[in-house]
Amino acid sequence: MTKYLKINPAAQKASRAAFGEALVHVGEKHPEVVVLDADLSVSTKSVGFAKKFPDRFFQMGIAEANMIGTAAGLALSGKTPFLCSFGCFVTGRFETIRISIAYNQVNARIIGTHAGLGIGEDGYSQMALEDIALMRSLPGMGVLQPGDPIETKKMTQYLASHHKGPVYVRLTRQNLVTLFSEDYEFEYGKGVILKEGKDIAFFATGGALYNSYAASEKLEKEGITSTVINIHTLKPIDEDLIVQVAKSHKRLLTVEDHNIIGGLGSAVSEVLSENGIGTPLLRIGVEDIYGESGTAEDLYEKYGLSTPKIYERTLQFFQS
Amino acid sequence: MTQDQTTELYKKLGLIARDLRILALKMITEAKSGHPGGSLSAADIMTALFFHTMSHDPKNPLWENRDRFVLSKGHGCPILYAAMAKAGYFPEEEIYTLRKINSRLQGHPDHVRFPFVETSSGSLGQGLSIAQGMALGARLNHKKYKIYCLLGDGEIQEGQIWETAMSAPKFQLDNLIAIIDANKGQIDGHTRNIMDLAPLKKKWEAFNWDVQEINGHELHEILAALDKAQLEHKRPHMIIANTIKGKGVSFMEDNIEWHGIAPTPEQRDKAIRELNDEVFKD
Repeated sequence: MTKYLKINPAAQKASRAAFGEALVHVGEKHPEVVVLDADLSVSTKSVGFAKKFPDRFFQMGIAEANMIGTAAGLALSGKTPFLCSFGCFVTGRFETIRISIAYNQVNARIIGTHAGLGIGEDGYSQMALEDIALMRSLPGMGVLQPGDPIETKKMTQYLASHHKGPVYVRLTRQNLVTLFSEDYEFEYGKGVILKEGKDIAFFATGGALYNSYAASEKLEKEGITSTVINIHTLKPIDEDLIVQVAKSHKRLLTVEDHNIIGGLGSAVSEVLSENGIGTPLLRIGVEDIYGESGTAEDLYEKYGLSTPKIYERTLQFFQS
Repeated sequence: MTQDQTTELYKKLGLIARDLRILALKMITEAKSGHPGGSLSAADIMTALFFHTMSHDPKNPLWENRDRFVLSKGHGCPILYAAMAKAGYFPEEEIYTLRKINSRLQGHPDHVRFPFVETSSGSLGQGLSIAQGMALGARLNHKKYKIYCLLGDGEIQEGQIWETAMSAPKFQLDNLIAIIDANKGQIDGHTRNIMDLAPLKKKWEAFNWDVQEINGHELHEILAALDKAQLEHKRPHMIIANTIKGKGVSFMEDNIEWHGIAPTPEQRDKAIRELNDEVFKD
């Protein structure tokens, strides 16, 4: 279990906001960091970097493909570009990412904000629900989704200083509860155990993480104990941990604000089947449908990602 | 340069251009697939870049101050590989590994397998953005090197090209020199019939590029245009090089069928005879 757990439901911040603040700090320390945005810098929160480092910020206008190619050229010139837009718009330029960034294996950090149903009122056309599936399919592309503001900050620092190769980072518009202490250490590719139990194991990511944790707390009142694992790295996924946990629990769940096809649910299923593990798995997420407008809370309730809904479905699943 | 030196230079470059065409045809024939039409049309431009204008060092391929060359029209890579082999980046016999298993000479450029090509390309429309990123990188690094980017005229039907057409003037990238190999052909036919590009020069001028239009087979015009494009006046440079697809081989010239098929060994030999005769006739 992680030693950094320090849950503070009163301290909430969107992961895009935590990213924007961290970006300014890494900008000071790492002169090779450059930032590009496609007319969404106020929304993606890259605007802080833009103000502080105008010479290293490139406003590309509403032209994501050109932003992707330009970032690749900057990376090929020794820079570490963070290119920012809504997750759906940037990953929608899949072919440009595929060749300019992925095939070149450059140190680009593709930042996709406003992930999932959590964007709320804007509705489906602005809602990244397939971005993990797309990015996971590209060889050598890391896929990350932090689960709280602290993890977001540490991940941003890691990406500015250490990581080699291309990465896609998925961030939320909505606030996330703070789960970790300030001394949290981010480890690429490693799941983080928030809580240990015997009956059920939750694998959760991003905007769905805290609600999964809260649902697991509620289940304890029914005498059902659960392990909750934060999967911040969807690729490469922590296969060893998944296998170990899957073998020692009666039921498994994946919880994600993304289509259950191609996202965390698929990634965990792949590990289970390849390792011959038959523990029943329920994939909670967006069930191969389009989203719609509404508050983030109403959408999480309607599509099964609120704490009560996760609790209900888990209970049914456990008793089945 | 004296008149004699100039004549000597064009003669030397003319012979190199012939050799590049021959190498490209040899490797495509051996590979049994590839794109001869767009390789031959670019041969004179490539000769001017790799054997006269560009600052580079085949013995130190990743020299940090080298001029960068981005082949956005990745389909034309046989002529790039020919230029690199001839310049000494790798042994000439390696060209026969083109498109074969385990070769670093992929059917379209692959930067990871072969880092001496500046970027992977071949999915059309992306190279100009990448070249723009390199031009911004050069500026941030306080480097004087230039970024050359070769585009196809069919390629610029891609929308992403026009995103960069807008952005490079905004960034005042006068270290970016783009060249369109305007050979008027693409796989399904002539550009005028598939998706007309006219008025090509006016389009780039309207986007506020420094535009020159030349004959892309006349070395003195190519060299003069590249020289003029060295001037720094806060605008990116565009050279529209009017060329003939399949240039130098009578049965390939402006014949769309030769866009993307390999010659037979007999056709290759006939083509090489023509290329040699053409150079030696005067």
